[in-house]
Amino acid sequence: MYWQAEIETMPRPELEALQLRRLQEVVRRVATTVPFYRQALAEAGVSPDDIRSLADARRLPFTTNADLRANYPDGLLAIPRQQVTRLHTSSGTTGKPKALFFSRRDVDQAAELIARCLVMTGCTAEDVLQNMMTYGLFTGALVLHYGAEKVGMLVIPAGPGNSERQLMLMQDFRTTVFHTTPSYALYLAEFIRKRGLDPRKDLALRKGLVGAEAHSEETRRKIEEALGIDAYNSYGLSEMNGPGVAFECEHKSGLHLWEDQYLLEIIDPVTGVPLADGERGELVLTSLTREAMPLLRYRTRDLTSVIPAPCPCGRTHRRLARITGRSDDMLVVRGVNLYPQQIERVLMSIPELGSNYLIHLRGLDELTVKVEFAASGFDGRVENLVRLEERVVEKLRAEILVKPKVELSAPGTLPVSEGKAKRVVDERVL
Amino acid sequence: MKPVQLLAVFAENKPDQLARVTRQLADAGVNIHWVGIADVQKFGVIRFLVDKTDLAFEWLKQHDVTVSRVEVLAVEVEDRPGGLHQVAAILAGDSISLANVSGFVFNHRAILLLEVPELERARRLLTDRGLHLLSEEEMLSL
Ligand SMILES: [Zn+2]
Repeated sequence: MYWQAEIETMPRPELEALQLRRLQEVVRRVATTVPFYRQALAEAGVSPDDIRSLADARRLPFTTNADLRANYPDGLLAIPRQQVTRLHTSSGTTGKPKALFFSRRDVDQAAELIARCLVMTGCTAEDVLQNMMTYGLFTGALVLHYGAEKVGMLVIPAGPGNSERQLMLMQDFRTTVFHTTPSYALYLAEFIRKRGLDPRKDLALRKGLVGAEAHSEETRRKIEEALGIDAYNSYGLSEMNGPGVAFECEHKSGLHLWEDQYLLEIIDPVTGVPLADGERGELVLTSLTREAMPLLRYRTRDLTSVIPAPCPCGRTHRRLARITGRSDDMLVVRGVNLYPQQIERVLMSIPELGSNYLIHLRGLDELTVKVEFAASGFDGRVENLVRLEERVVEKLRAEILVKPKVELSAPGTLPVSEGKAKRVVDERVL
Repeated sequence: MKPVQLLAVFAENKPDQLARVTRQLADAGVNIHWVGIADVQKFGVIRFLVDKTDLAFEWLKQHDVTVSRVEVLAVEVEDRPGGLHQVAAILAGDSISLANVSGFVFNHRAILLLEVPELERARRLLTDRGLHLLSEEEMLSL
C-alpha cells in the first residue's frame, strides 16, 4: 500500500531530475532571501548557477547546529514573517533552543510525509493511534498527529507519561498503534505486565512507531516481544520538519528517506568528505521543499549509512541503516571511542537484564554501567547475581574494548524518563 | 515431604531495606520466624521464614519488592561443635556442594538451613544417615 504511489515508486532517473530541479530552486531562493546564506555562498565561491548536477551540491556550504543558534530567533527565515504559521523549537543541552518555522504549506507537506510513513507500515483509517510523544514546542507529537489525521486514523493526543491513564485509554478505545520513544515503550510494557495484563490478549495493540532516540535492533525486538506488536523505527529531526524524514516499511530493514523532499549525503564527520553508499558516516540533509526555513547541507550529527539495494516494497527512495549514534554522543574512555548504542545493544541481548540502564562516567575515565536486572531474573541466589554481573562485564568488554564497572540494580530502581531518555551522565574531572 | 520455603528479597546496599520489608510483612499480618542475610561481594539477599509464605510473596511483589522463593532443607544437628561438619561431610562424600548455609539454635535445638543444587538427593543422603529433616510445619512450630 502506498500513500502517494507515483512519488514513492518514481524511477530513480526521474526522482533525481526532480531533486536537481528542487535543489536549484532552493539554492536560488535562499541566496536571495536569507542574508546568512547569501554570505555563506559567497564565501564558498558558489553561485546558484553553478548547481548543474546533484554532485554540485558538494560545493555548497554546510549548515551546522551552531549556525542555527547564532541565527536565533529568525535569522534563517526565508519568507516574510506574516506567512509563518507555526513555530517549533529544538532544545539543546545548553543555552538557547533552535527556532524552527513552518509555513502553511510546510505543515501540510510534513503531514503528507507522515501519511506516507504510516501507510508504509500498514496503518489504515481503521486504526486508533495513541500518540504518547510530547505535544508542544517539540515536533515529535504534533507533526505526526497531523499526518495520522490525513490517513483518517482516530488520533488520541495522550501526550507522554501517566502510565495509568495510557493503559486506560488503550483499553477503553482499543488502541491499535502507539507512537513513543523506545525507553517509554519498554517502561509501559513493564507497567502493563505488573498489572497482571497480557498485552496480546487484553489489548488491541498491533504496531508501535518508535522514535526520537536512536535504539538498537535488540531493543526493537524486546519491545515487540514484550507487547506482541510490530515496532517500526522512525527517524526525523526538528530542523527537517520533525518525524517523517525516514521510516521503516513493512520489511523493517532500513528506513526509506523521502528523497523527493530531502537531498541526502553521508560524509566523514571529521574531514567532511562525502562517503560512498554503504559506508558509515554522518548524515547530511538539504531540505528541498521547505518554504519557511530551508537548510542547505545540514549536519545532522547522526551516524548511519545508505543501503543502496532496492527494497522489495517497491519504493525507490533509498534506505538508511539504523542510526548507530550521534557523532557528538561519542564517548572517549581511556582513549577508546565508543557509542552508548553499543552498550545498549549488549545489555538488550541479555535476557536476565531489564531495559533500564545508565552510563555513568566519573573520576578519571571510570566507566560504570548501571542496569536493572529483570524481575524474572532474580531467583533468590546471590551467586547467580554475581555470575550475571560478571557475564555483563565480559560481554561489554568484548564489544567496547574497555572493561566497565557494572552495577546491577533491582527492577524499577533506576530513574525513568518520559521524554527522551538521558542515558549518559558524564561527571569526569578531566 | 515438601522442602522448606524461604522468601529471598534482593537488598541493595541501603540500610533501611530490612526495616522496609519487615514493616511490609507486618502490614500484611505475616509473622517472621527467622531472618538471615546472605552477602556476596556487594550483593545482599535477605531470607525470611514466614508463616504465610504465599501471601507474603504476593504482597511483597505488589509492593515492588524484588522477591523470590528459595527451597531449603532444614536439618537438625546435635548442638555441639562438629554439627555442621557432619552434614557437610555427608554431602561432600557424594559430591554435593553447599551453596548457602545458615544455622540457629532454638530451645536447645540446632537447625541448619541448607541450600543445595540437588535438593532431593541431598535429602535422601541425610535421612539415610539418620539425620532428622524438619518439615515447614515443624519449623514454624519451633
Ligand atoms: Zn521498503
